[in-house]
Amino acid sequence: MPVFNQSRSNIIRLIFAGMFLIIIAQLFHLQIISAKYKRQAQENALFRKSIYPTRGIIYDRKGRAILNNTILYDLMVTPAQVKNIDTGYFCQLLGIDTLEFRSRILDAKAKNGAFRPTIFEDLLPPDMYARLEENIWKFPGFNLQERPVRIYPFNAAAHIMGYVGEVDSVILKRSNNFYQLGDYVGRSGLEQYYEKELMGQRGIEFWLKDNKNRLVGHYQNKLLDTPAVAGKNLHTYMDIELQQLAEKLLTGKTGAVVAIDPRTGGILAMASGPDFDPNRLTGPDKQANYASLVLDVSGPLLNRAIKGQYPAGSTYKPLGALIGLDEGVITPASGYDCHGVYYGCPHPVKCDEHGPGHAANLRLAIAHSCNSFFSNTLKLEIDNPEYHSARRGLMKWKEYVNAFGLGHRIGVDLPSEDGGLIPDTATYDKEYHGQWNSCTMVGGGLGIGQDKMSVTPLQIANSICIVANKGYYYTPHFMERVERSGEEAPEEDTLLRRFRQKHEVLTHISNDAYEIVHSGMQDVVEIGTGRAARIPGINICAKTGTAENYRVIDGRRIKLRDNGMFVCFAPRENPRIAIAVVVENSGHGSVWAAPIASLLVEKYLNDALREERIKEVDRIAGVNIMPKFLVRVQFRDDSVRAAIWARQSGDSTRLKKYQDPAFRAVMLDTTGRYNNPILKALQRNTIINPGIGSLRKDPTDQPGNGAQAPQVAPVANLPNADSGKRTDLNGKMDSAKRIGSRRKIDSAGKVNNRKTDSGAVTVPDNKKDSTQK
Amino acid sequence: MSQRNPTISKGVDWSLVWIWFSLCSIGVISIFAASYRDGDNILQGFISLKTDYSRQLLFFIMGGILGTFILLTDSKFFTATANLGYSFGIVLMLLVFPFHSRIKGTESIIKFGNAFQLQPADLCKIFVNLALAKYLSRVETNFTRPRSQLIAAVIALVPAMLSIMQKETGLSLVYFSFFLVMFREGLPSSILVVGFSFAVLVVATLVVEPNTLALVLTGIALLAIYLLRRQIKRTRSVLFLIVGIWFVCVGIQRFVVPFVFDHVFQPYQVKRIYDAIGKDYVPKDQATEAVLENEVRSSGKKKDNNYNVKQSKIAIGSGGLIGKGLLKGTQTRYEFVPEQRTDFIFCTIGEGFGFLGSTLFLGIYILLLMRIVSVAERQRSVFSRCYAYGVASVLFFHIVINVCMTIGLAPVIGIPLPFVSYGGTSLLTFSVMLFILVRLDADRQMVLR
Repeated sequence: MPVFNQSRSNIIRLIFAGMFLIIIAQLFHLQIISAKYKRQAQENALFRKSIYPTRGIIYDRKGRAILNNTILYDLMVTPAQVKNIDTGYFCQLLGIDTLEFRSRILDAKAKNGAFRPTIFEDLLPPDMYARLEENIWKFPGFNLQERPVRIYPFNAAAHIMGYVGEVDSVILKRSNNFYQLGDYVGRSGLEQYYEKELMGQRGIEFWLKDNKNRLVGHYQNKLLDTPAVAGKNLHTYMDIELQQLAEKLLTGKTGAVVAIDPRTGGILAMASGPDFDPNRLTGPDKQANYASLVLDVSGPLLNRAIKGQYPAGSTYKPLGALIGLDEGVITPASGYDCHGVYYGCPHPVKCDEHGPGHAANLRLAIAHSCNSFFSNTLKLEIDNPEYHSARRGLMKWKEYVNAFGLGHRIGVDLPSEDGGLIPDTATYDKEYHGQWNSCTMVGGGLGIGQDKMSVTPLQIANSICIVANKGYYYTPHFMERVERSGEEAPEEDTLLRRFRQKHEVLTHISNDAYEIVHSGMQDVVEIGTGRAARIPGINICAKTGTAENYRVIDGRRIKLRDNGMFVCFAPRENPRIAIAVVVENSGHGSVWAAPIASLLVEKYLNDALREERIKEVDRIAGVNIMPKFLVRVQFRDDSVRAAIWARQSGDSTRLKKYQDPAFRAVMLDTTGRYNNPILKALQRNTIINPGIGSLRKDPTDQPGNGAQAPQVAPVANLPNADSGKRTDLNGKMDSAKRIGSRRKIDSAGKVNNRKTDSGAVTVPDNKKDSTQK
Repeated sequence: MSQRNPTISKGVDWSLVWIWFSLCSIGVISIFAASYRDGDNILQGFISLKTDYSRQLLFFIMGGILGTFILLTDSKFFTATANLGYSFGIVLMLLVFPFHSRIKGTESIIKFGNAFQLQPADLCKIFVNLALAKYLSRVETNFTRPRSQLIAAVIALVPAMLSIMQKETGLSLVYFSFFLVMFREGLPSSILVVGFSFAVLVVATLVVEPNTLALVLTGIALLAIYLLRRQIKRTRSVLFLIVGIWFVCVGIQRFVVPFVFDHVFQPYQVKRIYDAIGKDYVPKDQATEAVLENEVRSSGKKKDNNYNVKQSKIAIGSGGLIGKGLLKGTQTRYEFVPEQRTDFIFCTIGEGFGFLGSTLFLGIYILLLMRIVSVAERQRSVFSRCYAYGVASVLFFHIVINVCMTIGLAPVIGIPLPFVSYGGTSLLTFSVMLFILVRLDADRQMVLR
């Protein structure tokens, strides 16, 4: 029998070999051909840990750190290790309840698993950190982790420095995935503009993790890791003391201050009012603070120095004079017999000065800011016989004005600068269908810097630099140099080259012309409109400005109090500082703007203020000339939001508050001595939209009446949200409920931040209005 | 086990012993690689008996001692006690029913205290092998008769049935490997071919994409027609036979298996089968999906059932050509692969030593199997030969199924890799089996009955 089946042993051998061949083929497929498993293995076991470098420090011109780094602490939790802790005590330390505690632990588990540390509470306030630090040993599974945070030691220059925030999807997409979710980037100001320099270079460490997501060690002995390179430090031209003074002077005012060193184009100070404490956007409450800033209708987040567009007003006049002199349409001896009104065109232009001979020559005309003289000058410039037509005259004029840096972005090293507007033939063609002549604009006030002209404070300051420099300027900028190691020098050139370039835009205007305009500007301070700015021992050349201030509120164009402006440079012989000040709603430029500029000049040139001048600072800082309509607008926005929230959530507690007579009395108190047309209109309820019907009620009104109106009315105003959108909004509202807060301007004129629980939906349009008009 | 005593070592096939030794060593090292953590004291780990690899080392030594005892035994002892041993094995398996303790879903294990546990279904392989060899080697057995074939099948399959009743399906399948022995002794090849083909076809239906498989089957049929074209010319019926077989195969693949899955099995059973081969089961309609979801919810399981196979494939696949090196495998060391010391030990080798290492490792196994076959063929006694084939078949089945399940070619039915997987019973059983063979082979000149 054995012999009988001998051959079968070979078949069995064949079967064995065959099966092994199949196995080896599959192994070949898995291990050699298919790359998918190697990738999956990496995904399984490799963890890319980003190492964040410290961001660069920003210094002022004297080497003081204006923007620095500090360490705050995050409370981390590793859920699997949390055992037998005194939850009650822990929650008491953190100020949360046990329900919140449990939900956060669950969140952490869902986010990173039970075995890896997750942030439990980020950026602990110092006192909470101190309390926790002492007791952290009692809570296994919790630990405190350092986290570098930006700090502003001088509490100043919020708009300039900007702030950092987590990247959003737009930045992620634009950066081509250079940034990762959770990265911090500069979101405004220098932080954003010099992001590349400040951020440094992210390092990467490869870690191994196990099946429970615990990091167990370095991968390949750190062979593939790249170290983090710290961000570069920036040195700016800014004088932080000057900046602080400027911000202090703008307290309670809407407006902007820009101070430039004409010799370099370096910006010494740039303030915008109202402003905010930059540290509010770094610490533990940054989200709540941000929400409150966004919801504030006065727009504290807005940098009016580069984004506020104002009519140039009389500050344009030195430029108009220079253009006239260069075109030869006027001479230093030209005068205009002005008696308070300019009648050269069908539409008369008023002049503040009435005394005869106040514009007997150019110098006097500048000193007294004669509107008639400069309206006439513009008319002469446009109707210049050399160009044969008003069209070409206007375009030539525009060329000049553009050369002075108006009407286009200057290129300051801050993001989102506005360009302003200088009208040209196209502008007037559009409005007047080609039927216009020089009187159209002169009558509109273009000759005195109004009509369709709008400029930013930075542009005004820069134009004064050109006047001071007699024709050239350097692009205004903050950054003086980037601190770096030697071999990288060429890079600095590319970054700063455009700031080192001298723009000789108007050097063809004769020195005499400049001298006579300088003299006129000096006379402004000595004998003219700007005497408030005089400083003994310093020859200041200046020009006041007063521009009409219109604003569209609820669809109606309303004339508000004039914007006061002041430009100057000093000393005349060797200009070291040029300043532009704009204060909205402040009346004549000599009232508030001139003293502010004067104080800044003195502070900068003498490095200190005289004793009596310090009192002056306090006097100016103590005055509140915030437009009072803001109170109403803010109240309206907040109550409308409360009404929307009430409609969507059915929770009307917040809305009820706005109907409470006592609360309304407090919130809407503008001290009664108010004769603003807006307020009158509001009180008459002629221009209020139906959504805020409750506003018409006086504090003495019965609450029953008031309760009905707002709940119904806003519904009509809202777009019909479908159910999906509604739930989405609800979610937003829910989160906004915690962080929403509201600014209140009380009767004393101080600006307080008061937390209430008003919800956040959108930023009201009014914010734009308040700044651009 | 180099015995100094010449009477013991006489006739011993040392190559088998060396292969046994190297495989067991690889096993200990692999388990060490899978469970060693940075900073552990290696020496202490090996002698403490607290770690898996130290225990495996102990079993390895015990296996050597047991082997020595077996080599000291008279070969006639095995023939004489074969039937007795078989009865003992069956009784042991029956004892499981009242005395079993439930471990990991199986009911086939008897525990003696905490330290020792016995799986009779595993142990029984030796007794069945001996008993089958004994039956086939009887003078009065004429294996050409279907009656004898049936008896042989019953001997092999009774423990298999008992094993299934103990919910240990994997081990029961091992007993089917004895058909290879019967095949060698004259079982009509058609039974083996048909049975094997059917099994392969069903597995292939699950693993391979349907259309591809249909094409492959058609290709095989065309190849067969081409190879057999002369016979076909002579006798037309061969062609019809081939076409008929092709038709049946495709029919099974396209219609029978899906029909059975859709209408005979419950959805969860189908899902389990899919899980076992590491595939995602996509239910056909929403009703079945809902049923499945309920099932999952009620069972409360978090991880996919096919998690094991997916992770095992990742581990092996990430090994590449030469592997990551001993103790460097990220997947096996950080416990992504479950059960990696026992059933999925091959992952450690695949990841650590790559394609070359795995092939070499499998080469040792094929060497072992081929060696056993040639040892079998040189026996004078039918008993020894049958026994040797039995050993080869059982080893073959274990190796192929175990490796195939780690690389996603076979369903996950927890059976260990011989000599390598962690586990005392398994290592000792296989060692005893092999040493009995070595003992019988040493007496190959004798005719044992």
